[in-house]
Amino acid sequence: MRDLSLHLLDLAQNSITAGASLVTIRMELDDQGLLTMTLKDDGKGMSPELLARVTSPFATTRTTRKVGLGIPLMKENAEKAGGSFSLESEEGRGTTLTASMDTHHIDCLPMGDLSGTLLSLMLTNPLRPDFLFEGRTPLGEASFDTREVRAALGSDIPLNEPAVAEWLKQALEEEINPIFGGA
Amino acid sequence: MKSLADLQAIRAKTLENINMRKDDNAARVVIGMATCGIAAGARPVMLAFMEEIKKRNLQHVTVSQTGCIGMCRYEPMLDVILPGQEKVTYIHVKPEMVPRIVSEHIVNGHPVEEYTIGAAKD
Repeated sequence: MRDLSLHLLDLAQNSITAGASLVTIRMELDDQGLLTMTLKDDGKGMSPELLARVTSPFATTRTTRKVGLGIPLMKENAEKAGGSFSLESEEGRGTTLTASMDTHHIDCLPMGDLSGTLLSLMLTNPLRPDFLFEGRTPLGEASFDTREVRAALGSDIPLNEPAVAEWLKQALEEEINPIFGGA
Repeated sequence: MKSLADLQAIRAKTLENINMRKDDNAARVVIGMATCGIAAGARPVMLAFMEEIKKRNLQHVTVSQTGCIGMCRYEPMLDVILPGQEKVTYIHVKPEMVPRIVSEHIVNGHPVEEYTIGAAKD
């Protein structure tokens, strides 16, 4: 994975597969340069047994083959950039993934196109789940909530309708790029 | 600034289109967006399709995603499925290839052979 926003796009898929109705994404950069990404869902969660082995590349819920690289790659990229990785999960309640990185570390991944990742998530999951994004950096704060979008638009219109997609693209860029930059 | 109020106007316009489209057979674009696809560059390809569809105001195309189909070395991969025809699989797709796939294949019905898996050399 070349940047953090691509990790996010990949990992959020796990929340969607877990049947989440709300996926909450937090991205915070503090004054010291520590970047923390939190991905929280209300999906079906993991058993303690699965949770214990899920950071192994040889653990996956797939049935067609035996490798799953999304989580181990994120863990490796966080830890080699002076950060940490953790997962909390409860069956029936959901999962929270936290990855942090020291942005001053030479091995820290760039952020990449964060608004593009959020747009991709919304367009490829046009009916559910809902996505809540909250971002904070020394430059300011940003937030985006698809529940508000659906309330204004009507829940019968999918988010990947071209006119809606164009609105989302511009709204996300306006909200997020000033503090996280566009790739 | 984009405001939520814009969405009311979009709703009114979009509802007509959705109702017109319901009984149509849409063309489908299915993009591989598992870890391998994303790492190889599937996101800009997906966004390029949305852009092209909007630019041409195509009403009968849906873009969706799928997981890993086990040929990770060919990612980014995608299928184009026109109603009543066999699916066509494109490999190593880059955003620059998307306008041709849309105009030649989706709009005019002629697959871009040189981009398909049938043209793969390895």
